[in-house]
Amino acid sequence: MELLIAFVESVMRVSVPLLFAAYGGLISERSGLANVALEGQLLLSAFVAAATVALTQNAWVGLGAGIVAGGLGGAVFGWTSVKSRADHIVIGIAFNMLIAGLIPTVCRAWFGVTGGTPQLQRDARFTSDISFFLAAVLVGGILWWALQSTRWGLRLKAAGDRPEALTVQGVSAGWVRIQASTLCGLVVGIGGVNLSLCQGSGYIREMAGGRGFIALAAIIFGGWRPVQTGLACLLFAVADAVQTMLQGKSIFDLAIPNSIVQIIPYVATLLLLAFRRSMMSAPSAINKPV
Amino acid sequence: MRQNLFHSLRARCLGFAPNLVAPILVALMVVVTLVSCTKKEAGTPGSSSEKLAGPGITIGLVLDKGGKDDKSFNSAAVAGAERAAKEFGVVIKDVESPDDAAFEPAMRTFAERGMPLVIGIGFAQTDPMKKVAAQFPKTHFAVIDGVVEGPNVTSFMFEEHEGSYLVGYLAGLVTKTGKVGFVGGMEIAMIRRFLMAYEAGVIAANPKAKVFSNFVGITASAWANPSKGKELALSQIGQGADIIFHAAGASGMGVFDAVEEKKVFAIGVDSNQNGIKPGRVLTSMLKRVDNAVYEVIRSEVEGRFKPGPNSFGLKDKGVDMAVDANNEALVAPHMKKLDEVREQIISGKIVVPDFYKTQPTSGTK
Repeated sequence: MELLIAFVESVMRVSVPLLFAAYGGLISERSGLANVALEGQLLLSAFVAAATVALTQNAWVGLGAGIVAGGLGGAVFGWTSVKSRADHIVIGIAFNMLIAGLIPTVCRAWFGVTGGTPQLQRDARFTSDISFFLAAVLVGGILWWALQSTRWGLRLKAAGDRPEALTVQGVSAGWVRIQASTLCGLVVGIGGVNLSLCQGSGYIREMAGGRGFIALAAIIFGGWRPVQTGLACLLFAVADAVQTMLQGKSIFDLAIPNSIVQIIPYVATLLLLAFRRSMMSAPSAINKPV
Repeated sequence: MRQNLFHSLRARCLGFAPNLVAPILVALMVVVTLVSCTKKEAGTPGSSSEKLAGPGITIGLVLDKGGKDDKSFNSAAVAGAERAAKEFGVVIKDVESPDDAAFEPAMRTFAERGMPLVIGIGFAQTDPMKKVAAQFPKTHFAVIDGVVEGPNVTSFMFEEHEGSYLVGYLAGLVTKTGKVGFVGGMEIAMIRRFLMAYEAGVIAANPKAKVFSNFVGITASAWANPSKGKELALSQIGQGADIIFHAAGASGMGVFDAVEEKKVFAIGVDSNQNGIKPGRVLTSMLKRVDNAVYEVIRSEVEGRFKPGPNSFGLKDKGVDMAVDANNEALVAPHMKKLDEVREQIISGKIVVPDFYKTQPTSGTK
């Protein structure tokens, strides 16, 4: 029983940054903006949040700053993608590289080191993993409802599937995408804050460790639908938690090599994506200029 | 006419403006990346002339990933180099490497500039150094924490298994649950060397003890994933571990967070990490990179550079256990026993198992 509780807790902790990144990415993708910049947005907000807390010693100010930074990053990504009419994937990669270079530079200017922010005291951080998890579930619920029952949701989906229909109605599809990307950044920002202020105690270079890309895989596996995407994130989290628990264990006195155990999450990702006919459900105007 | 020209120019500029966004973003990205790579190449102020021997020479220091101020390996290397710079009047040029691919060009640049000695920090530099050292036979090379063979290369290795055995012994004495943990970054030979000796130390002090071991990942991000480090540590604590030794780079920060949360103990690695969570860090297994860097610069300045492998163990304080104000109270009751163990390792009475010796070819791969 204790083992089960530990397992569930582990799944919840691991899934939080994935859930926020995936829900944020979902907003952006449904509007037709292919978003590979999630990783950079996670890092950006994680860094800004940790840096703010290092300077103010207040976790809530850090949360706000991290979310705003994520939103700004999203706005920049959305604006450049829409205005340049270029391939969103290219812009997204450029964005990630920009963040990867910018953070150490700024970090050095502020803290004199490139590797990360100073370690934050426990009372200047968030300690409740479960609140973050519940917030993520709440965001998922709101997104699910908003996508099908609000004018905003309809316009978002239209921008992703039939941008010309929006244009006929006199709504700028580009503007809808920029808004969506900004909102995406705000949501991803919460995930970034969770990384540096709740799971970690400060920013460490490249601390997102590919979570932005796993979130993208979850969106694709979830067929660009909120509930399924959320479940996909949980599935990845389960694979990771299983990996953590199985390491160094043996079955019938036969030790399982760690390298085999450690590839479980990757194999799971590959298999899940391989066995889905999911590309059918991608927004039809994704990565197309408007 | 003029008006028209102006209009068409303006229209053209405005029309082009959106298309310029992507190139500008890319250009900005390149600039920022370059700045963040090159800005760190700062030497100590002093003469910039590069003579061939004696005081005043310029020595190149190629740092490992993680940066000059990682409060670990690189910081220690820089500290040792600065100490030598002050004492011998040499000039140190250092460069940080954003990834493994940057080592080779950095070394080559230093060698091409005619620096008499180029020092590489970290085992990841062994392969590039092998290549570059062969191309510049007149330049001296030194690799810290790895082995490169060559007529102009000296290698400094640390007997990390001796230090790991010692901290393992301490863990075995201190544990109340009889269960201790180990969190490694990647499952490479060097980390297995830590683990093997640590386990042996724990068992020697407490034959019934159990050691859990986990590894963060299988890619380079394994060294910079604190959330995963914390997850592994929490899992070990959940199984009853009350002391966790980490050898996981920045991922180890997560281990410290976990022991703070669950009120158990951690053991730091490489540099003195006792102060990261005062009172919750039992000790740190030190690798005195600073001493190694200092030594190699001294030998160069004094004109007695000698190629070949050197190893630093407990005997010459190349590896050690950190004791300071943060952990004095925790380890004081056990110091007498630990000093005995240390003596026995040095005298050869205790033979610490060495993972490298269990492998067909010894090395740091």
